Parts: sequence; structure tokens; C-alpha cells
Amino acid sequence: MSEVHAALADHGHEHHPRLQHHFDSLEQQLYASTFGMWVFLVTEVLFFGGLFMAYIVYRIWYPDMFVHASSHLSVPLGTFNTAVLIGSSLTMAYAVNAAQRGARPREQVIWLFGTMVLGAIFLGVKVIEYMDKITHHLVPGPNFHFEDPAYQATAQIYYSLYFALTGLHASHMIVGMVILAILAYKAAKGQFTAEWYTPVEIMGLYWHFVDLVWIFLFPLLYLIGGAH
Amino acid sequence: MSGHIIGNRFTYFLVFIALMVGTAVTVAVTYIHLGWLNLPLALAIATTKAVLVIMFFMHLKDHPKLIKVTFAAAFFFFAILVAHTLSDYLSREGHGMQTYPASGLVANP
Repeated sequence: MSEVHAALADHGHEHHPRLQHHFDSLEQQLYASTFGMWVFLVTEVLFFGGLFMAYIVYRIWYPDMFVHASSHLSVPLGTFNTAVLIGSSLTMAYAVNAAQRGARPREQVIWLFGTMVLGAIFLGVKVIEYMDKITHHLVPGPNFHFEDPAYQATAQIYYSLYFALTGLHASHMIVGMVILAILAYKAAKGQFTAEWYTPVEIMGLYWHFVDLVWIFLFPLLYLIGGAH
Repeated sequence: MSGHIIGNRFTYFLVFIALMVGTAVTVAVTYIHLGWLNLPLALAIATTKAVLVIMFFMHLKDHPKLIKVTFAAAFFFFAILVAHTLSDYLSREGHGMQTYPASGLVANP
């Protein structure tokens, strides 16, 4: 029995403590993790893709309604949030870069925390926007009221898509913020080095993907029909 | 093998500036009435921004072919979804897309 344990503990070579036994090298391990994340992102494209598909069908069916219904969204707030999210992608790229260089824990934490702050600002603005929709009776359902009775029924389709798409996007951001907090804690403990930083790298891909979705949501939801 | 892909911080900053400019342009273009051209223009700018994020922030340009083909497959699947769904929805009686001379593409009431 003890011979088996001895054989498992000492299998003839030295390796990095983060290298799992089924991988040959840290490089191969990073490649496998990165590939796994990209496969996950493929499923994410199709997750959001279903809602985008619904958007395409209804926009073709009710083009005029989309122009009127979207005019109640605030373009300044949407533009501000787009800028905030692009900024958070930059800080995320710097966080990954800091981990890759094996920078001091303090620097890694600053970039991860900065990304969280920008994410929180985005979600805060989102709350303001949702509150505005609630007070103006623009939540689909029995209390929905649209100023132009011609669009009373169909404008609910637009707002259903609005809440589903931005809600799914915001829930991705909340998940991302939780993971960022965990990574910041681990970075503070000095766990990420130039040899091993896989979680930060993977999180970077996720965060940039969430940015990517918003890049399409912003013009498709906010910028329809232009100024009135 | 993928290996460690370490980006240049100045390149990241340039990409960030390009994305901000793209955002400003897409908002500005909305206030110019170009008719049916507004939507394809907005989508073209969004796609350009998306490509910048994917290639530089996510480093897809530096990744091996396996990862490039895998991610490209996502958009291939999405294209199948759109093509097959629209072939149904656009051919339905009472809801097909019809062209009226005055207003362009509108839905049947």
C-alpha cells in the first residue's frame, strides 16, 4: 500500500505544482484550457444567437414599431455604457498582461479591481435605465402602456426583446464580476505568475466576449431610426 | 501549440481608441438619415469593432488554426439558424415580407 503511494508521489520528474498529471507541459495545459473556453464561447454565441434570431424576425415584421419603441431608450446613457464597457475590456487586457508578465500582486489586483469598478458602473446605469422603463410602464405585461395606441400591442415585443437581451447580457456581467472578485483575491495572494496564469487568461476571453455582445446590442436596441 | 501569447500594451491602447472612435461614429451616423443604408452601416461598424476585439483583445489572430476554425464555426451555425428560420417566417401567409413602392419593406398588417 505504501509502495503505491510512494510511486504516485514520486513519478520520476520534477514539475510545476500547477501542472496537472494528465498534461505533458504547462503550455499544453494552457492550450487545452484556452481551447475549452473558445468552445464554450461558441455555445455562448448560439445562446445569444437565439435571441438575436427572434430580434431579426420581429424587426422584419414590424420595422416601424421598432423605430417608435426604441425612441424611449436613452442614447446618451447607452453610449456612456458602451464606452464604460470598452474601457473595462482595456483594463481586463491589462490585467491578463500583468499576470502574464508575473507583475507584482498589487498591479494585478489594481487592473482586476478596475475592471470590476467599470463593470459595476455599467450595471448601475443599467439599473437606472430599468427603473425608468418601470416608471414609464414599458415593462411587457398587463401594466404596459405605450403612448401611441397603434403600437400598444406590438411595442411589447420590442420591450420583451430589450429586457431578454440586456438581461441575459447583464447576468453574464454579474457572473463575470463574481469571478473577477475571486481572481483579485487569488492575485492578491500572489498565485498568478508568468509560468501559470490560466484563470486570468480564460476570464479575459469571457469578459471580452461579453463586451462583444454589447457591441451588437447597442446599435440594434438604441440606435434605430436616429433623431426624431 | 498555443503557448503563451503576450500582447503589447500600447497595441491594446490603440485598439481601445479605435473602439471609442467606432462608437462615436456609429452614434453620429444614426443622426444622419440614410434610409435603408443606416442599418447595414451600423452593422458594418459593429462588425469592425467586434473583429478588433476578437483579433487583438482575445488574440484570435495569434491562436492556432484549431481555435480559429472552432470560433468561426459559431458564426457558421448562427448563419444556418438565420437562413432556415427566415425561410420559414418570411414565407408565411399574412406575415411575409412585401415591398410597397412608397415605404420600402414593410410587414403585412
